[in-house]
Amino acid sequence: MQIYLPIAEVSVNAFTLVGLGGVVGLMSGLFGVGGGFLITPLLFFIGIPPPIAVATGANQVVASSVSGVLAHVKRKSVDFRMGWVLLAGGLAGSSVGVWVFTLLQRIGQVDLVVQLSYVVFLGLIGMMMLQESIRSLRRSRNPTFRKRLHQHNWVHRWPMKMKFRASGLYISAIPVLLVGLAVGVLAAIMGVGGGFIMVPAMIYLLGMPTKVVVGTSLFQITFVTAFTTLMHAVSYNTVDIMLAVLLIIGGVVGAQIGTSLGARLRAEQLRILLALMVLLVCGKLALDLFLRPDELYSITSGAR
Amino acid sequence: MVARAAILTLLVSLGAAAVLAQDQTAPGSTVPLAPRGQDAYPTYPDPGRPRVIVPENVERPGEQVVAGLSSDSIAITASFDGSEILIYGAVKRETPIPDGPPLQVIMTIEAPSQSLTVWKKERKLGIWINTKRVEVGAAPGFYVVATTGPLDQILRPEWDQRYRISLPLALRAMGGNNQVADVVPYTAALIRLREANRLYRLDQGSVKLVDQTLFRADVRLPANLIEGDYKTRIFLLRDGRVIDVYRAPIEVRKVGLERWLYRMAFDQPLLYGLMSLAVAVAAGWGASGIFRKLRRA
Repeated sequence: MQIYLPIAEVSVNAFTLVGLGGVVGLMSGLFGVGGGFLITPLLFFIGIPPPIAVATGANQVVASSVSGVLAHVKRKSVDFRMGWVLLAGGLAGSSVGVWVFTLLQRIGQVDLVVQLSYVVFLGLIGMMMLQESIRSLRRSRNPTFRKRLHQHNWVHRWPMKMKFRASGLYISAIPVLLVGLAVGVLAAIMGVGGGFIMVPAMIYLLGMPTKVVVGTSLFQITFVTAFTTLMHAVSYNTVDIMLAVLLIIGGVVGAQIGTSLGARLRAEQLRILLALMVLLVCGKLALDLFLRPDELYSITSGAR
Repeated sequence: MVARAAILTLLVSLGAAAVLAQDQTAPGSTVPLAPRGQDAYPTYPDPGRPRVIVPENVERPGEQVVAGLSSDSIAITASFDGSEILIYGAVKRETPIPDGPPLQVIMTIEAPSQSLTVWKKERKLGIWINTKRVEVGAAPGFYVVATTGPLDQILRPEWDQRYRISLPLALRAMGGNNQVADVVPYTAALIRLREANRLYRLDQGSVKLVDQTLFRADVRLPANLIEGDYKTRIFLLRDGRVIDVYRAPIEVRKVGLERWLYRMAFDQPLLYGLMSLAVAVAAGWGASGIFRKLRRA
């Protein structure tokens, strides 16, 4: 069934969009990431103009993360104090990101910067996750190994220390703000929630315990993507609500199926699976950058 | 339909019931915007529409076009999936059909023009980057040329220049600050890309001409149409020269839900943004509630 999107001004198959939302929702339920890093490139691929794909992608992430964060609040696995500090950084980052996005669009380098950021971030994180989960898988087979509570690293020597009780941490607020800021910028430029950056950053950089990581990141993502959606809607009129609704319908159903599926699988195996998928997307994008493209020319609307 | 019904349900909860009722009154894609009487159909001859006189032919207006369109407005509804337009007409003449090369007909349909930039990628430090660009001041968002025969045989270049009929000439007003010496590969790429998207089209031989008098053509308009006032031109040609031109507008408008959302996004962006968020939050909340109940049951 074809449906005409009022803002994107293209006609697409409604079932394709619902299916797309469903697949991405499944991933988000399974891995606790928003799935924006998959949905935005997929929307490009089916012919949605990049600015609309990015803004609407952010709106879709709001829906999936609200659904997730509610479950975590019930389980008391959200560190609200950490969440608010991350959010402060995130809102600042999102404003910067929306501004950078328009600048890039004007100089015609949006695709390049978005692709490069995907390749760099996905590559780094995929490798880190793969390494870590393989190590912990080995560890679980070798029960004599004892794990330290968390490692003390450079993050613990910075000023402006704060107590984060739910996480059991006493660390500087600066790295927390910086993580929030980075994720806010990515949310605005790449149309992603940034969970795939934030979850590893919280575990490996801030040393947060895994049980509060997903809930806290979802809490921050909900607000940052909501803010990003509003910014895009008000400044550039690029949110397509019809597109968003179709993606959300698929997304929320997929997310619920993913959550119940995730409860039955082992955490290490899940992490290896996610790491491999992240690396796969990264590899595909890297190939596009380094190989000679089939079409050297491209069109952007508007002239300077 | 399930998906559409679900969207509708969501929007009804936001108080869009009135708009929906309006949307359902225009189920087809070529339904006129306003109901018209029998007298308004077909649309020819229209006395209110000024005739275009080709200067060279003022002394000898031997043959003239009278033409009509199957519809002069296209409504973009939520289920819009492209549209077919029938353009038909006849040649009016007071004298017998002249000798010499046969009559030819060319039709063009043109969407409103927009400015755009064509970029070219080059390899820099191992990766492919957009480096050079050409700005096109005005390029139609959609352009189709339908003819009775091969365009280069039935139309002389100087007449093509004057009326800007062929695709390369339909692109106008190159920007001044281009960084490249030769813009031709860029405009060629623009045409190639848009042809691949079915936005630019040359349908040679798709106009059927009977006895040098009656003609008709079915023109398919794609699903990714933009809103605006489209221009239709019908050219009569003999020996590669244009002897008469007929022009008619086609109005392409979003209607119903599409129109309401589009207007709201641009007139009240804050409200629209908040509505988008409300839909997202409600969907996320609702889904987790429903699934929890399902699991308990």
